[in-house]
Amino acid sequence: MLCVNLYANPVPNMSTSAKTRIVGAPVPRKEGLDKLLGRARYIDDIQRDGMWYGATVRSTIPRGLIRSIGFDRRIDWSEFAIATAADIPGKNHIHLIVADQPCLADGKVNHCDEPIVLLAHPDKHKLREAVSAVHIEYEPLPPIFTIAESERQDAIVWGADNLIKSFLLEKGDVDSVWANAAHIVEGEYRTGAQEHLYIENNGVIAEWNAATGVTVWGSLQCPYYVHKSLLAVFDLPEDKVRVIQTETGGAFGGKEDYPSTLASHAALLALKAGHAVKMVYDRMEDMAATTKRHPSRVRHRTALDDNGKLLAMDIDVATDGGAYATLSSTVLSRATLHSPGPYVCPNVRVRAHAWATNTVPYGAFRGFGAPQTIFAIERHMDEIAATIGIDPVELRRRNFLHDGDTTATEQVMREPVILDKLLDRALHESDYHGRRARFARENPASAVKRGLGIAAFYHGSGFTGSGERYLNSLAGLDVTPEGKVRVLVANTEFGQGTNTILAQIAAEAIGIGYDDVIIAPVDTNIVPNSGPTVASRTSMVVGRLIERAGLQLVAMLCEHAGLGASFTVQEFFAACERYRAVEGKVVSLCRYEPPEGIFWDDQKYRGEAYPAYVWSVQVAQVAVDTVTYSAEVEEFWSVQEVGRVLNPVLAGGQIEGGVAQAIGYALYEKVVWENGHMANNQMTNYIMPTAEDVPPIHVYFEEIPFRHGGCGAKGIGELPHDGPAPAILNAIRDATGVGFHSIPLLPEDLFAKLHALQPVAETATV
Amino acid sequence: MSDRWPTIRFTINGTSCCVDAPPMKRLLDVLREDLQLTGTKEGCGEGECGSCSVRMNGELVNSCLVPVLQAEGATIQTVEGLAIDGELHALQKAFLNSGGAQCGICTPGMLMAAAQLLSIHPQPTMAEIREGLAGNLCRCTGFMRIFESVIAAATGDQSEQATHAR
Repeated sequence: MLCVNLYANPVPNMSTSAKTRIVGAPVPRKEGLDKLLGRARYIDDIQRDGMWYGATVRSTIPRGLIRSIGFDRRIDWSEFAIATAADIPGKNHIHLIVADQPCLADGKVNHCDEPIVLLAHPDKHKLREAVSAVHIEYEPLPPIFTIAESERQDAIVWGADNLIKSFLLEKGDVDSVWANAAHIVEGEYRTGAQEHLYIENNGVIAEWNAATGVTVWGSLQCPYYVHKSLLAVFDLPEDKVRVIQTETGGAFGGKEDYPSTLASHAALLALKAGHAVKMVYDRMEDMAATTKRHPSRVRHRTALDDNGKLLAMDIDVATDGGAYATLSSTVLSRATLHSPGPYVCPNVRVRAHAWATNTVPYGAFRGFGAPQTIFAIERHMDEIAATIGIDPVELRRRNFLHDGDTTATEQVMREPVILDKLLDRALHESDYHGRRARFARENPASAVKRGLGIAAFYHGSGFTGSGERYLNSLAGLDVTPEGKVRVLVANTEFGQGTNTILAQIAAEAIGIGYDDVIIAPVDTNIVPNSGPTVASRTSMVVGRLIERAGLQLVAMLCEHAGLGASFTVQEFFAACERYRAVEGKVVSLCRYEPPEGIFWDDQKYRGEAYPAYVWSVQVAQVAVDTVTYSAEVEEFWSVQEVGRVLNPVLAGGQIEGGVAQAIGYALYEKVVWENGHMANNQMTNYIMPTAEDVPPIHVYFEEIPFRHGGCGAKGIGELPHDGPAPAILNAIRDATGVGFHSIPLLPEDLFAKLHALQPVAETATV
Repeated sequence: MSDRWPTIRFTINGTSCCVDAPPMKRLLDVLREDLQLTGTKEGCGEGECGSCSVRMNGELVNSCLVPVLQAEGATIQTVEGLAIDGELHALQKAFLNSGGAQCGICTPGMLMAAAQLLSIHPQPTMAEIREGLAGNLCRCTGFMRIFESVIAAATGDQSEQATHAR
């Protein structure tokens, strides 16, 4: 036996009363066996007949005009396929939100590592030298690299004013409050870029054929994003572009928009070469040339009354979008909507701006703007607490949102909000008060100072505002002649468990076994557009569509194929075959229907910002070594409410993985820039947490099924990345008495500030 | 090719084999390209991530850093050699049940590192597990469930919720 599946059918005489055995159970992941046997096929494991290999010639300067492109005579270029902007059959831009990013630079470059020329050759070992033999001459233009330079307009590098997007969110009248407030606390908080560091780099294989058009296989999150991009670049009708996701070795948002560029490149080379072309980046190219998390600067000015109740929050959010707009506007939107934190405040103003600079465009990354602004508000809450002399736990408790309260967008919290319960549980599980008392005793005599820090936060599930209505997702199920129910979605598995939870939901809704459900290949020729796999929307939005499709399928079979009110798995599939004999196929599709009573004003940023929220309170225990200036997270607790937990093993894994990634964000992961180029684009010098760095992570769920989610689920994937950074820096404040306002916080940063407080003549170089 | 390149012989997953390859070709590429053993993955190409870990002569090596010349006469095990006669290795069962694999790209290397660890420390302490897996990067799991999987494999506990040993 290869696989012992405790949850396999048959379950005779299924009745509705028994229909809770699959959702909520820790069934093994659908594609798990293939992954464990080493037989899962990732893009670099796949070959096509006569396949060539592609490589990219990139800009070596951050901004300038391209004066000439020269090809060194030492190379026999007749062996190569070569593509430049002039070879693009359709539009030279990557379709996303704004049509500003070229597929290949044409006449000018706006960031280092911008693609200019593409090369393909049957022997991949010939490409490196060939890339170095393409000589590009530039007329450099002055670049800008920071938010401050962009907002000062030191140079105009994007549009008329460098401003990619702005939002203004207003509730009440902030300016009426300052004069009579008991306390006013200000603070500025900064976050750095973060690299996704999925272990599988970006990669695709493309084929071009005059009759069938473009076909792309790739490591990607959103097949229909790539599809839409290719339509524009190749000027082809929809049925002439086909995108197929291969097993994907991690993504975290880093394969949301970038694969559209890479797929276009490989397909252009395939067109020029007349062969299939594989392009798989190596680590250095992937890190230097693909998107990262937006750096941010957030300023808070907060008014409170005598009792520590929030009166006004004036928030200024600025993000660095990089050289092109990509997803900066939607990242800024989520940053804006998460900036006030999970608190009630009668007067809120958020002014938010995304600025262009001459760095690689920043893009989607787990949390999508929320980790940046949650870092700011949750650090700021501790600074407020210290300033006005109140316990940080108590300050949060006095200001938490509750059922019936309104958020900054005046969204009424109609679903239960259990922040108090989450906080109580986090305090209890971490023995927060006991440990703090112990550290207060032990720290004075110890070179290692320990502290505890808290973060409380929400994350909006699904697309912002009207987003899900615009997406208008379609998803469903069909039944194969071999007797399997097949999930038809464009939503992709890249480690989070899409395959597994959707199969669980389908099996649960229908009343069949987990093993009776399979996942259709994510191929735009086979599956409908159920929207992108982003925004913590899969379990909630797509899961609900699959649940509805399952219920609809059963109803259909009851009505038209004689399926009884209760049935065995065998009876179910027998009914499917009776239906097929008449109708030719057995398919059940469902389209998104927004929950009733939803209102959103995109202009005023008012209304139901998200269909649902997930909530969390996290606690970090950190030890700061005052000799080495290292900060180590010693233990971590994460308590959350994410609706129904569909699969406890997968859900726990999402939380733990997100916490670990966010520990890296807080303490390890620093993108070092040199003239707009990422200088530490290697795993050797860009440091993520290893098995020796991660602390024990304790995970606890409180479950409140959400009626509009898939079998009660809301989103989960992004939430855990939101809180660790502020919790950790709050713990460092607790340990040292010094507040740090910027991440990543490396030992040299700790040294600089803590050391400065001591009278020492000379500082060492780290 | 055979005129130009030496023949290198080694045992792979219990089977003897020979390849004609440039002596400095990476063992990783020989495995993936010459032997079609694509279970072994490349993550960084510089020995940092451990995705290409295989066991060679009883040691864990990064196959991206091993010139195939060094494999002459060696005994090598890759992820494809873990399950025997269709029976999953205890580690594979444990990873499946405990959530030790998410995206799966680090998994083959992680399994080899874990197998190496258990060959040295059949009942590893948490410190030994952390050290034994420190050369293998996983970006998905936060390592917790990988640790649990290793403990479950070591203790023979294949129940769903293996000891929450944190």
